[in-house]
Amino acid sequence: MSTHWFSLRFSSRRFGRWLGCLLILPLAVMLSGCDFVVLAPSGDIAAQQRDLLVVSTLLMLVIILPVMALTVFFAWRYRQSNASATYKPDWDHSTKLELVIWAAPLLIIICLGALTWLGTHLLDPYRRLDRIAPGQPVTEEHRPLKVEVVALDWKWLFIYPEYGIATVNEAAAPVGRPIDFRITSSGVMNSFYVPALAGMIYSMAGMETKLHAVINHEGSYTGFSANYSGAGFSGMRFAFHGQSEANFDQWVAKAKAAGQTLDRANYLELERPSENEPVRRYATVDPNLFQAILNMCVDRGKMCMNEMMAIDAKGGLGLEGAYNTLPLEYDKFARRGSILGPRPSYVASICTAEEAEAAFRAAQAAGDDSIGPRDHSPLRGAGLLRPWTRPGLSGVMSQLDVPALSSRL
Amino acid sequence: MAVPQPVETTFLFGRLTWQAFPLHEPIVVATFAVVALGGVAVLAALTWFRLWGYLWREWFTSVDHKKIGIMYMMLGLIMLLRGFADAVMMRLQQAMAFNGSEGYLNAHHYDQIFTAHGVIMIFFVAMPLVTGLMNYVVPLQIGARDVSFPFLNNFSFWMTVGGAVLVMASLFLGEFAQTGWLAYPPLSNIGYSPWVGVDYYIWGLQVAGVGTTLSGINLICTIIKMRAPGMSLMKMPVFTWTSLCTNVLIVASFPVLTAVLALLSLDRYVGTNFFTNDFGGNPMMYVNLIWIWGHPEVYILILPLFGVFSEVTSTFSGKKLFGYTSMVYATVVITVLSYLVWLHHFFTMGSGASVNSFFGITTMIISIPTGAKIFNWLFTMYRGRIRFELPMMWTVAFMLTFTVGGMTGVLLAVPPADFVLHNSLFLVAHFHNVIIGGVLFGLFAGIAYWWPKAFGFKLDPFWGKVSFWCWVVGFWLAFMPLYILGLMGVTRRMRVFDDPSLQIWFIIAGLGAALIAVGIAAMLIQMFVSVMRREKLVDETGDPWDGRTLEWSTSSPPPAYNFAFTPVVHDNDAWWDMKKRGYSRPLSGYRPIHMPKNTGTGVILAGLSTVVGFALIWYIWWLAALGFVALLATAIGHTFNYHRDFHIPVEEVTRTEEARTELLAARS
Repeated sequence: MSTHWFSLRFSSRRFGRWLGCLLILPLAVMLSGCDFVVLAPSGDIAAQQRDLLVVSTLLMLVIILPVMALTVFFAWRYRQSNASATYKPDWDHSTKLELVIWAAPLLIIICLGALTWLGTHLLDPYRRLDRIAPGQPVTEEHRPLKVEVVALDWKWLFIYPEYGIATVNEAAAPVGRPIDFRITSSGVMNSFYVPALAGMIYSMAGMETKLHAVINHEGSYTGFSANYSGAGFSGMRFAFHGQSEANFDQWVAKAKAAGQTLDRANYLELERPSENEPVRRYATVDPNLFQAILNMCVDRGKMCMNEMMAIDAKGGLGLEGAYNTLPLEYDKFARRGSILGPRPSYVASICTAEEAEAAFRAAQAAGDDSIGPRDHSPLRGAGLLRPWTRPGLSGVMSQLDVPALSSRL
Repeated sequence: MAVPQPVETTFLFGRLTWQAFPLHEPIVVATFAVVALGGVAVLAALTWFRLWGYLWREWFTSVDHKKIGIMYMMLGLIMLLRGFADAVMMRLQQAMAFNGSEGYLNAHHYDQIFTAHGVIMIFFVAMPLVTGLMNYVVPLQIGARDVSFPFLNNFSFWMTVGGAVLVMASLFLGEFAQTGWLAYPPLSNIGYSPWVGVDYYIWGLQVAGVGTTLSGINLICTIIKMRAPGMSLMKMPVFTWTSLCTNVLIVASFPVLTAVLALLSLDRYVGTNFFTNDFGGNPMMYVNLIWIWGHPEVYILILPLFGVFSEVTSTFSGKKLFGYTSMVYATVVITVLSYLVWLHHFFTMGSGASVNSFFGITTMIISIPTGAKIFNWLFTMYRGRIRFELPMMWTVAFMLTFTVGGMTGVLLAVPPADFVLHNSLFLVAHFHNVIIGGVLFGLFAGIAYWWPKAFGFKLDPFWGKVSFWCWVVGFWLAFMPLYILGLMGVTRRMRVFDDPSLQIWFIIAGLGAALIAVGIAAMLIQMFVSVMRREKLVDETGDPWDGRTLEWSTSSPPPAYNFAFTPVVHDNDAWWDMKKRGYSRPLSGYRPIHMPKNTGTGVILAGLSTVVGFALIWYIWWLAALGFVALLATAIGHTFNYHRDFHIPVEEVTRTEEARTELLAARS
């Protein structure tokens, strides 16, 4: 049930270090301090991604190594000075050999393709977790920690709606608790990445991306933007702490003690471009701030994207919609709008503040998929049996001692 | 609350002011001083030796595919020096910027450098070198006297030069884009990149893109319509096949690039909202469109080099190419599949698992025909008599290097693995592994292979070997550390680092880059030494490698008309077949040869396009309008030019051919 089948029972951390050492054995001596975080992560999702990476590499080496060896061997054996080697200048075809040439890579790719299909679905960042660690399924007791992430120019804002706090350039989570990240951006595209925790996902303005992950070991890890976003990009880094429950509560309390408030006005200040920002903490945060950022209407006068989409879904405002714009007075940058284009403008809001807040709450409830029963049923293509689940088939897979296999598939 | 300011422009100079000269950047000023001095010296030398007339008549206005091919190669090699200088600056910055040091480049400068490095290396190094090679070799391989549209060929070349000029101008006037080489919006939109950098990028690529597209059309027509009698499609040399596929890819994909850049410029110039965050714009659309061009682009680069490796392996193994048919089918399969994989460049954008797996698996499928090709080369070597001349050395180095790059590529095609390696230095190492190990090694193999054909003497082997070993060892030294850094979770395009344990790897990579610099220097020395020693390295036969395809049947360098008589083809490896059957050159019965006439229109049109591009970048509207009108007038004017062709008189053909007969007789 709990082990994903392709993880093949590696002891994740130790295996990663071992592999890292093997890959660079000659250099390992001079560089004992290297941290191969991608090969030795501390989160279960990243560990499974690492396993897939390792298994794929080994699978490909099955064909890559013989090819490289043959290249060197043929180059040496059939060199011009070696008169003893056979020379057949007109030999240019062999049906059998051609079959092997096409079939060998094909077989590898079939295996790799199957791994890819399963791995991609099981490790889809949008998919809720079904295990905390190998052998430790997610149960009803595991309440996911919701974290709303906003990529700003050039710093990260983390909102913890459950605790009503927010931080800049520092995040934390208790060990073993599933984390539901909701990610957006204030303007430029970035990529949210904590290598020790889980793979990355882009953050884009006006759009929400999701990431589900869990941290399994205490420690302080590095997170950063993995998509170039402008001048301050290099400094767009944050600490991600994996903590015990008690330490996490202390961390929350520290933010509470900071006493600052993150409301819409403060956010608009914070949003302005700045580089190498220190850690900031906010004791209270506007509960609808993330929705407002996501819908690009932190500035009250602007129409929210969800409002606009709701209007459009009902047929739109027609030509009148074209007149519902006001000149843009504020923006992050001194100049916006193109040389030959119309004066910069924005679509004016037609909801009242209360209506907008109600819409946000509704959207939040509708999009909240962390409530309700989890579907642990296996992933399968419609009507397709997995080849090794057919009764009576003693294939390669069934010989591997993979406890998860029979129960998962 | 700042009110948005309209940009300050003047009628005469648009937004071009004194501030546009980066006088506050000492590095740029020093570079400018060197370039200006060098440029003045070159111009003075040309004037002193009265070479302007010669260059204009014999080269700039030439419609001879061989001369245009050589000019493309010159452009590519010159731009390689610029692109490589950028690379060295990046390596230096990243090796320095540790322990609180900011390095020596500020963000504004560094971000331009990595953008320019990518743009220049792909568009103005790899593309001209590949196009130049195809231009030179394809007509010779198919037994033609020129391409289908010789004037268009000249025009295409000068448009590529125009694009390169705009990109180079950005170094000294204004700025280049600070967006990364694909200029993703919203970063590349007017709100985040308000000055001229992205406009240089757009117009540089648009001007050069016209040239690339037209040259693609030209070569497709040439290959389809101008093959020698008897050369059916399945008797074409493999290099011609791969060139055909590449040009099909060019014609099908470059219009997408043109369109997406046009949409971006509409966003930037007239305030549309195709790729903005608000008003219904969608930056993800840009990312999709640019990669629908961008992925075929990498196959545009590599396919012709697969052709080069096929020719080289077969020639230097003294054997027929193993599995010609499967080689051709593999090429065609790659051509088709290259359109079905673009999304693997952004698995992390949040597409669903099924979409990601689809594109991951299609990507892996490409490795099957590619793997088949590697096996075909391998079994061409099998039971051959391999001569390890330079082209063959590059080919073996390619086979060992490229397989590693291919493996890491397939690894990145597994979406969950990509989630942890996307945009990391592992990715950077991967694509340099395939582009240097595949495209560049292939180009070097091709240059060494066809150099004697183009100039009549071989390249000096000693300096060639120095260059070879520096390049190969330098490449591994420069990029293995990047693979390792990628596994340590280091992302690309970083300017400063805070983890001191990473520094050693960047220093090693920097040493690798230094070794590559020696390799480039050795290559230039090799060319210089070879020209000096050309009497010793001379090849009078026209067939120095015991070649197999038609280009080796004519003299080196070939006469303007390539072949006095159009060859008749009976088999694959036409020239090998002719040699085997005891072919002898016809020595009489020459006729006047119908050839296209040189014209300066291509230079003028491309020059005007460059001026229009420059005017649009700086918002100098009167100049843009004037340039555009002049462009139209010149193009229309050229349609009234009826003096487009001439006949090489029979006396001249006879003289040329008899000189060759004497040369060959003197040898034997």
